[in-house]
Amino acid sequence: MRLNVAMSNGLSPNESIHAKASLREKLGAWVPGLAIAPGAVASLIYVFGFTLWTLYISMSNSTMLPTYKFVGLKPYFDLWSNQRWKIAYGNLFYFSAFYVVLSLAVGLALAIAIDQRVRGEAVWRTIFLYPLAVSFVVTGVVWSWLYSPDAGIEFLVRSLGWHGFTFRLTTNRDTAIYAIIATGIWQSSGFAMALFLAGLRSVDPDLVKAAQIDGAGPARIYRKVILPSIGPIFVAVVVVLLQFAIKTFDLVVALTRGGPGIATTFPANYVYDLMFQRGEIAVGAAAAIMMLAALAVVLVPYALWTVWRSRREAAHG
Amino acid sequence: MVDATFDLALDSQARGESLRFALRRLAIYAFLAVFALIYLLPLFVVVANSFRELPEITQNGLIALPHSFSLKAWPQAWAHYCVAGTCEGVKRNFFNSLYMTIPATILSTLIGAMNGYVLSKWRFPGSETLFVCIVLGVFMPGQIALLPWAYILGALHLSNSVYGLILVHVIQGLSFTTLFCRNYYVNIPDDLIKAARIDGAGFWRIFVKIILPLSPPILIVTVIWQFTGIWNEFLFGVVFTGGTQQPITAALVALATSQMNAHPYDVASAAVMIGAVPPLLIYLFGGKYFVRGLTQGAIK
Repeated sequence: MRLNVAMSNGLSPNESIHAKASLREKLGAWVPGLAIAPGAVASLIYVFGFTLWTLYISMSNSTMLPTYKFVGLKPYFDLWSNQRWKIAYGNLFYFSAFYVVLSLAVGLALAIAIDQRVRGEAVWRTIFLYPLAVSFVVTGVVWSWLYSPDAGIEFLVRSLGWHGFTFRLTTNRDTAIYAIIATGIWQSSGFAMALFLAGLRSVDPDLVKAAQIDGAGPARIYRKVILPSIGPIFVAVVVVLLQFAIKTFDLVVALTRGGPGIATTFPANYVYDLMFQRGEIAVGAAAAIMMLAALAVVLVPYALWTVWRSRREAAHG
Repeated sequence: MVDATFDLALDSQARGESLRFALRRLAIYAFLAVFALIYLLPLFVVVANSFRELPEITQNGLIALPHSFSLKAWPQAWAHYCVAGTCEGVKRNFFNSLYMTIPATILSTLIGAMNGYVLSKWRFPGSETLFVCIVLGVFMPGQIALLPWAYILGALHLSNSVYGLILVHVIQGLSFTTLFCRNYYVNIPDDLIKAARIDGAGFWRIFVKIILPLSPPILIVTVIWQFTGIWNEFLFGVVFTGGTQQPITAALVALATSQMNAHPYDVASAAVMIGAVPPLLIYLFGGKYFVRGLTQGAIK
């Protein structure tokens, strides 16, 4: 701007205004681009540069340190011939299905219950939402205590007089995954509740009234009128929960450390082990790329659906 | 279960109307109360055990009404307990987390607001594509970024330092903050911007005089999201830092997993509380605005 003033000094008033405007416009056209450049460049490097980098390393012969000798898909074959990885990938799908569906169910039930004009709504909401503020580390540590036989829930029930009671989810390799699922639901269902509740409140009251006049009961109104109209919120919650699920790492570390044995290994935990404990960087990178692939399976249909929906809305004016 | 309570209320003309109504209300409150108990149990356990004496905990179990009271665990957890080889408690890790989280939150929020402003109000050819590309970062698993970050932090001599983690969290957070701010600013009428431009206001002036004063709802959302997300983050903390440089989450895992027998539940409870209190406070004071803002514009 100081530049403008200096350059316009020698000109007649008319010309000066004209030159000033055009120069300012020229410079001005660059300002937004310059303002966004640092953040945009960093983000693009992060999203594309890092992904391509890891993709390349996943096809190299790196072991302890990254090297750039291309070996094709060999690390992927190494990965998929590994029993522990197969368990981890299987766990991911098993966990995701239960975690997402049950978080939705609990969240929706809580939201509908709170929506019945209950007293102390703010208190209920706060109670169900606070786990979201706490880290997976804290959640995992505390629940691992509650699951532990010598001090937690089993100890409590036995001390109340039921001496034969056993509750040992985390020490049994067949049930440890359910401990992780239950703890994940404890952490996330409040988030689903909050979004559903906001959705229930945003439903057009006239629609509900019309259905009431037609003689529909509350259950029918929920099924036929209210729930269909919050469909988009459903999808948004599912997508957010699924990407939490795929990134599951801290919860497992704090709750079961992948055990007993390797029963609750997750892809994220195995990537960490391969890269930083075992010096298998290429195979670790391949595992990270497989995690990205799992995310793409979720996100590509969602992206297509979003585009389809916005086109349809545009078409309907 | 909820449906059943509605069915009870269906034939509201019947004589037992008031009784049924009362039963239905009772069922709703019972349902909420059962879940509230489950949700509050961990909080109760941690708070109560941080004030109990260890022998009493081991005798009566973790889930019990306190029969002893002691403040010993707190200073122990804060300044004296041995974690990962050093006996200074979690004080240092707490401050690491604080020094990491505050600048990273402020920087990523400011840059995200600027990105959102340009991408919504100063569109240029390709700006929509750029927006989609930036937002893709929201979905990237951290594991994809581990090796590139390790290399970059090494090259910048920022390995094993809080500054390295700040850099990682600012750039990783940009995807979220840009998404939140852009989707919020899109709903500010373009006429406001046009009118300001006709009055001679430029890029920065419009941002400071028009956009920022309208921004508090979304800035609260991004600050809460970033603060709790960065404070609670574990993967980058445990990979890129060690020992005294680690954030509190990494220290808590070290503390909780190192002791195989004779778990020091009292000290560990106090340490867990120290690690959980900052995001809980942020949430308690701002949670209302957070949910409101999130449902208004961020998730769409």
